[in-house]
Amino acid sequence: MQNLRESKSLIGWLMVSPLALVLGVFLVLPIIMITIVSFWQATEFSIIPAFEFDNYEFLFGSPVTYTVFLNTFKYAIITWVFTFLIGFTVAYYLAFHIHSLTWQVALFLLCTIPFWTSNIIRMISWIPFLGRNGIANTTLISWGVIDEPLEWLLFSDFSVVLAFVHLYTLFMVVPIFNTMMRIDKSLIEAARDGGANGAQILWNVILPLTKPGIMIGTIFVVTLVMGDFFTVRIMSGSQSANVGRLISNDIALLQYPSASATAIVLLLTVLIVIGILLRFVDIRKEL
Amino acid sequence: MTRYTKRNGLSRRTLLKTGVAAAAGTVAAPMVWAQSNIVLRQAGTGVSAFNEIADKALEDLGITLEMTALDSDSVTQRVATQPDSFDIADIEYWICKKVWPTGNLQAMDTSRIANYDKIAGTFRTGKLTPTSEIAQGTAPHTVGFVDGPDGTSFVDNESGWMTLIPTIYNADTLGIRPDLIGRPISNWSELLNTEFKGKASILDISSIGIMDMAMVCESMGEITYADKGNMTREEIDKTLAIFTEAKQNGQFRAFWKSFDESVNLMASGEVVIQSMWSPAITAVRAQGVPCVYQPLEEGYRSWGGGMGLAASLEGAKLDAAYEYINWYLSGWAGGFLMRQGYYSAVPETSKLFMSDDEWGFWYEGKESQSDIVSPQGVVLEGPGAVRDGGSFLDRMGAVACWNSVMDENQYMVRKWNEFIAA
Repeated sequence: MQNLRESKSLIGWLMVSPLALVLGVFLVLPIIMITIVSFWQATEFSIIPAFEFDNYEFLFGSPVTYTVFLNTFKYAIITWVFTFLIGFTVAYYLAFHIHSLTWQVALFLLCTIPFWTSNIIRMISWIPFLGRNGIANTTLISWGVIDEPLEWLLFSDFSVVLAFVHLYTLFMVVPIFNTMMRIDKSLIEAARDGGANGAQILWNVILPLTKPGIMIGTIFVVTLVMGDFFTVRIMSGSQSANVGRLISNDIALLQYPSASATAIVLLLTVLIVIGILLRFVDIRKEL
Repeated sequence: MTRYTKRNGLSRRTLLKTGVAAAAGTVAAPMVWAQSNIVLRQAGTGVSAFNEIADKALEDLGITLEMTALDSDSVTQRVATQPDSFDIADIEYWICKKVWPTGNLQAMDTSRIANYDKIAGTFRTGKLTPTSEIAQGTAPHTVGFVDGPDGTSFVDNESGWMTLIPTIYNADTLGIRPDLIGRPISNWSELLNTEFKGKASILDISSIGIMDMAMVCESMGEITYADKGNMTREEIDKTLAIFTEAKQNGQFRAFWKSFDESVNLMASGEVVIQSMWSPAITAVRAQGVPCVYQPLEEGYRSWGGGMGLAASLEGAKLDAAYEYINWYLSGWAGGFLMRQGYYSAVPETSKLFMSDDEWGFWYEGKESQSDIVSPQGVVLEGPGAVRDGGSFLDRMGAVACWNSVMDENQYMVRKWNEFIAA
């Protein structure tokens, strides 16, 4: 009996070890390395092992850091609002208005078609579309809606958020659709029998039950937007900065320790955000 | 060694086979490279890493060149930290200033460089012509010589020990869309002219961008710099303050970081005036869009690259490296580079590998007689075209400052980040 119990726990350990190993080598170890390097010092073309708080001191002492973190949050929040509204609507339509499973699958696949191309291409193709002499402006002018091309369409916060929403809405659609499909249809019928109208059902039944999906989608979108640097650089014409760009600028100048310090602060910020989000919904319980 | 410079239609390899033995007096250990499988690893910036040059060197010399193209920051790091990873470093002069103190490069004996006397004066005395003024910034001659074979400090005379052999250089200025501007542009200050509000751009590479900014601020009469290539903190602050204000007033449409971005901004008409590089102008014109590399009264911001030898090179490999450098200066490579709009260190040998029309267009600033075709076979200009800025002497004689690295580089970079985030 004793032996059996021991071997059972051994098997348990063996079963988790591959995943633990992979996560350890490819996730935990690099993060430890980045943390260590963030205390090092750098000259223009060499990095020196040390244990200094210079990088953090400079980071927290510079007004740029706060502006840039604020900007990063701004992009994350605005993008979240739009991806949530669009993602929820699309998922709701697919889950409750399409009754044949075949059509649900077909339309769902249709949503993923843009993902067959690289997201860099999807992003960059906005540039000729939104440009001063782009399709959007020429069309609006030919319709007589505007006389002068709209300058704010491209290389602005508008174009950055537009690209984010375009790139990441599917990350909202998928988990929300998934949880909606698990909602027991009899609950909705019961609500209707009880006299609830459509809006009440949506607000009191569907929304609470899709919270885990919304939360998963939110985590996807928020982490993707906060970690991005390329979309912001391209769509703002290099004129806006987020934390990712600070890091990439540092790397380009071989300032690895300073880049690591910024990366650690960003990582902690994102973890705190996710921690707060998880206070609202216990994903594990509800999955 | 003078035999090497004479090109008479013989294939270079046959010339070598017969010539190397005769030249044994100057080259310590002559070899016929074709049979020795000598490989030289050349690490450098992308601008001059052409496969055509490697192919031709293999054909002419029997030396195999393994070219690695990196961006300038990576190449700096490699030369500074991985001295055994390359044999020839193809770097810019300002990088040389940074990495020479590491001792990973060795000085070249100019007596072994056959065409040394014909190298453009810019790289030897700093003066292109006896009357030229020496430009600000890291002028190549200031980091071009050291005091001996193992010298670590730069000297201000032709000491006979050269750090880099110049390969490729050019003079940069603003690019404009003459069709959308419709009036002459003759000063750097026009970049911040409110007439071009929302239609200007500058490059987002701090070390070069700050110099373009300095040209603008000086032209506006706002700041007079002691040395634009080595600003004080106060000068950096003032310069970026002027540009931050312009940015917040919406002067700039975008900033660009890569070559293709600058081409697209210009070709699409998003931007009508911006800092630009010469091949980008060619690329815009190739789309049928008028674009001028506008010569300006205050002069050009110039850059130059050169090849340096790794400190570890010795024996046959070192001889092969000298052989390669002598070949590089002997004309074919120069002609190849000049037909793309760059300049070669020894222009006169390049002439032998260019048609009279090409030489007239690219070097002398004369009107082209027939199509000007790039080495890759692309038609760059039709008959009747004149190079923007004119002749070699007009362009390289009007250099106001050279790309450089400042003592306050880290401070400048931090300020630059603030400018981008502003």
